[in-house]
Amino acid sequence: MITHVSEAAISVRGLRKGYGDVQAVDGVDFEIAFGECFALLGPNGAGKTTVTEILEGYRSRDDGTAEVLGIDPGHGDRHWRSQLGIVLQSDRDLGDLTVAEAVHHFAGYYPDPRDPDEVIKAVGLTEKHKSRNLKLSGGQRRRLDVALGIIGRPRVLFLDEPTTGFDPEARRDFWELIEGLKAEGTTILLTTHYLEEAEHLADRVAVIARGRVVACGSPAELGGRTRGLTRVHWLEDGTLHDVRTEEPTRVVLELSARFGGEVPGLGVDRARLEDVYLSLLDGDREAADEDFAQGGDAE
Amino acid sequence: MSSLPSTGAIGGRRVVLELKQFFRDRNSALWNFAFPMILLVIFGSVFGGQDIAPGITFTQYFVAGMIASGVLYTSFQNLAIAIPLEREDGTLKRLGGTPMPKNSYFIGKIGMVFVAYVAQVAILIAVGVAFYGIALPSTGMQWFTFVWASLLGLVSCTLLGIAFSVVPRTGRGASAVVAPIVLVLQFTSGVFFVFNQLPDWMQKFASLFPLKWLAQAMRSVFLPDAAAVVEVGGSWELGMCALVLAIWCGIGLVLAVVFFRWTPRGSS
Repeated sequence: MITHVSEAAISVRGLRKGYGDVQAVDGVDFEIAFGECFALLGPNGAGKTTVTEILEGYRSRDDGTAEVLGIDPGHGDRHWRSQLGIVLQSDRDLGDLTVAEAVHHFAGYYPDPRDPDEVIKAVGLTEKHKSRNLKLSGGQRRRLDVALGIIGRPRVLFLDEPTTGFDPEARRDFWELIEGLKAEGTTILLTTHYLEEAEHLADRVAVIARGRVVACGSPAELGGRTRGLTRVHWLEDGTLHDVRTEEPTRVVLELSARFGGEVPGLGVDRARLEDVYLSLLDGDREAADEDFAQGGDAE
Repeated sequence: MSSLPSTGAIGGRRVVLELKQFFRDRNSALWNFAFPMILLVIFGSVFGGQDIAPGITFTQYFVAGMIASGVLYTSFQNLAIAIPLEREDGTLKRLGGTPMPKNSYFIGKIGMVFVAYVAQVAILIAVGVAFYGIALPSTGMQWFTFVWASLLGLVSCTLLGIAFSVVPRTGRGASAVVAPIVLVLQFTSGVFFVFNQLPDWMQKFASLFPLKWLAQAMRSVFLPDAAAVVEVGGSWELGMCALVLAIWCGIGLVLAVVFFRWTPRGSS
């Protein structure tokens, strides 16, 4: 097996994949460093899952290069597979087995698995370890998926919308679990449409829309990409006034001068990742509309 | 670094897992154990006393055919229904994302088919011997025929079941596609009716497929030698049985290798 000398755990260049007339992935580039948690963020149908499934070796690509741990996912062997963990979103398979049976069985596929009982404990299913998987709730089922994804001690972990359908408490627990894996040095590719999740877990976020990366950076940096998103608001003549500005400090100082000190009901809201994300998607939609107006190929 | 577990070791673990799943699933238990018994009781009761040759009852003839059908049920029918469900419910996708070798999966299926067949055939033989005048194989030659016919039948029909698993479009619809095929073969291959009484074209049709030859070989095992007079050729034609089943093993292997897929159509 040829292992390329590569600094990145995952690298993607010019990735393309179409289904019939639809270009699901239209030239995606990114690199994920070892030990990094990288989030692909985007609306449904943006191409997140297609990118992930190409990297997992489930789907072929039409063009571009992809490497996971230095190997082309289209030609990964068992040794390569044993270093990956894939957390699937399924809810019916393995139904007639118990949690413990499933986790112990999958441990037998790997050269150096984690201790199955410890993994069951880590995902919080110890009390359910003798339950048939069919009887697990949605959240418990997802934890089983995580347990099966991490049992092989993966170097790279793929999490495709892992907390969809979780209640807030379960999501917090799940995040703690993922942070533990990050602390151990696991490289993680996370797809999600929960901005809060990306902000909480990811070192870097790529916003993906219509098969393209429209922005990429740390959650904090991404905020800097779009301007005029800090909102200053106050009360004047009994009504709420607000302005959006790139210079909130100047605005507040001016207001303070005008009111002679204290500004009634003053508030300053920095752009949240959600605002950035929505503005990026809006920008993308406008670009698409322009393409359309010019008779260009919107896909 | 520790080395990867071997294909055989994982295959062994898969056999255990497949059996757990098989015996815990009520549907497969019904299809594979209750249904053949119900058929046996119905046909045994309706045609109980009818002789098809001096000293040979139709029920004896039918039990031998049902043992042959047992091969088809536990291998072809079982896999052609179970694999589309596994493709649909994400089992195969999950396995494909692990370092489990594909051959370990097939070892698991073959082991499960083998154990299910032994269990089913033991029940059929026990009931046949207890209630319907079937004799256990009495000579070493008959036992030998029973073993090779079972093995060739299981191998060919397992491979055909794996290959056919690509045909049903949905997991839920699989039994509706597969069960009629099995039924038609049973009607035309000398299970539900005496083969030499069937129209000539039907005999020719059935002779193309494994079940006709499997049933014939099983009759040679479980019926007295005198019953060979009701065969079309007046003899058991065991050489021909072995040849046709062996050819189907080859066809099954090619079809399984060429057509089997892990993911649903249109998802790569």
